[in-house]
Amino acid sequence: MMRATAKPGHRARGLPRAFKPGLAVLALLPMAWLVGQAVLGGLGPNPQETLIRDLGSWTIRLLVVVLLVTPLRLALAWPALLLVRRMLGLFVFAYATLHLLAYGVFDHGANLAKVWGDVWQRPFIAVGMAAWVLLLVLALTSPAAMVRRLGAVRWRRVHRGVYAVAALGVLHFFWMRAGKLDFGEVWLWGGLLVGLLLLRLPVCRKRLQALGSWRVQRATAIK
Amino acid sequence: MKRRLTREYVLRHQGQSLMQQVTPEPVWQQRRLLLAAMGASLAAGVLPGRAQAASLAALPGQRSTVPGAITMQTPTAEEDVIGYNNFYEFGTSKSDPARLAGAMATRPWTVRVEGLVAKPRTFDIDDLLRLAPMEERIYRFRCVEAWSMVVPWVGYALSHLLQAVQPLGSAKYVSFVTHTDPKTMPGLRGSSLQWPYTEGLRMDEAMHPLTLLTFGLYGKVLPNQNGAPLRLMVPWKYGFKSGKSLVTIRVTETQPVTAWNQAAPEEYGFYSNVNPQVPHPRWSQASERPLGGGLFASRVPTQMFNGYTEQVASLYAGMDLRRYF
Repeated sequence: MMRATAKPGHRARGLPRAFKPGLAVLALLPMAWLVGQAVLGGLGPNPQETLIRDLGSWTIRLLVVVLLVTPLRLALAWPALLLVRRMLGLFVFAYATLHLLAYGVFDHGANLAKVWGDVWQRPFIAVGMAAWVLLLVLALTSPAAMVRRLGAVRWRRVHRGVYAVAALGVLHFFWMRAGKLDFGEVWLWGGLLVGLLLLRLPVCRKRLQALGSWRVQRATAIK
Repeated sequence: MKRRLTREYVLRHQGQSLMQQVTPEPVWQQRRLLLAAMGASLAAGVLPGRAQAASLAALPGQRSTVPGAITMQTPTAEEDVIGYNNFYEFGTSKSDPARLAGAMATRPWTVRVEGLVAKPRTFDIDDLLRLAPMEERIYRFRCVEAWSMVVPWVGYALSHLLQAVQPLGSAKYVSFVTHTDPKTMPGLRGSSLQWPYTEGLRMDEAMHPLTLLTFGLYGKVLPNQNGAPLRLMVPWKYGFKSGKSLVTIRVTETQPVTAWNQAAPEEYGFYSNVNPQVPHPRWSQASERPLGGGLFASRVPTQMFNGYTEQVASLYAGMDLRRYF
């Protein structure tokens, strides 16, 4: 088994062999399901709308998952978890891109001028588009070579953009549902994202780290 | 299967049925109404959700001769008409109504007609089914969410009912209050619309011959998810103006408060006439997606007044429809 290097006091624990591929398969399942349903004609009387909306929903769900990585890594004192973060982030980008493509093709007949017009006319669309552009920047700067080129400090600063993506994504979702006054899911995913962002505050981060160390000490003591 | 049914349906309705040709009209209509009423009570009481559709009682109507009442477009498949609904009392997902509305009891059912009328009255649903001859009308239906369908409805002009109660000279508006039952309608807890769902029309809109008091679709009584046992259908307005499962019709002098206008006045006006030139704040109304076309069907341009300009434009002569949207 692979072992991740760890700071003293942290348990050196790698990822189980099937962990990363398993996560990748899980992240691909919704896409496979949607493609399957589209082929079989199972998306209902308005398949375009179903596709656009479901792809959007899965983008936000996966965003929650990717933002869960760091708090879990700290609380479990499990640095190796970092090894799945980039992959999950790229899945967020993939779903967001399919969401955007479905909207562009099905709502605007792949007419870029119309999409552009929509962006300028409607804040709801503009906010979603801004979130995608940010995700594009994060995806382009995700390879190891880019991390080296930017330097760790600058790279980290750029990738804090994911918090802006979360905020814009929730606002986009909120405006979409505002017409239906149907905020149940908005509160759920928005609440989770706000919670996950709050965990980044230094005070929470310290607590999480303390929790991680306490778990490590307890495990050592039992041994 | 879907396509074949639709085609058969159109063919069958191009001429009158054999029964209609050999039996005097009032006789067969009476017979069928009786059967429909019996069937509806059975269906409503016993069968849940989607299974209901297959066993709904027949409710035939004479092909309407009202100008504009029969569009030549092919009706949307019945399974789409009864499986893709907005009926927020049962939930905000399009499939919630078909899944949950079966629990709503549509018998016994009465409709109170009151307000500024000479003869206020509570009608039993059976009286309403007999009040005027049933007509079949094939209307375009345009949802404010920019999807559309074509539906063969069965009913008669609302004006028949209003004339029966004799509106007073001061009557200027009509409001439509719909059924509310927390026991069978889980959606009443979820959304922040004000219940009961209330809609309204100006008196001249309500009296227009195209404004249909609707009891059936596809030659059968309405499935619960489409607003059984009776609903309104105003084909030149966005779908939400046509309230489902009506319980009170109130004639007033002042413009009634309406549900969506109250909830989001900048998004939904009192008139809500279909108008491709007035966009919704979050999407364009210039085009629409006809239901049932499959994944690669393209959108089609939306028509002013949903294509009923010839019949209804005069109602709004001189009005700024951008302001009164």
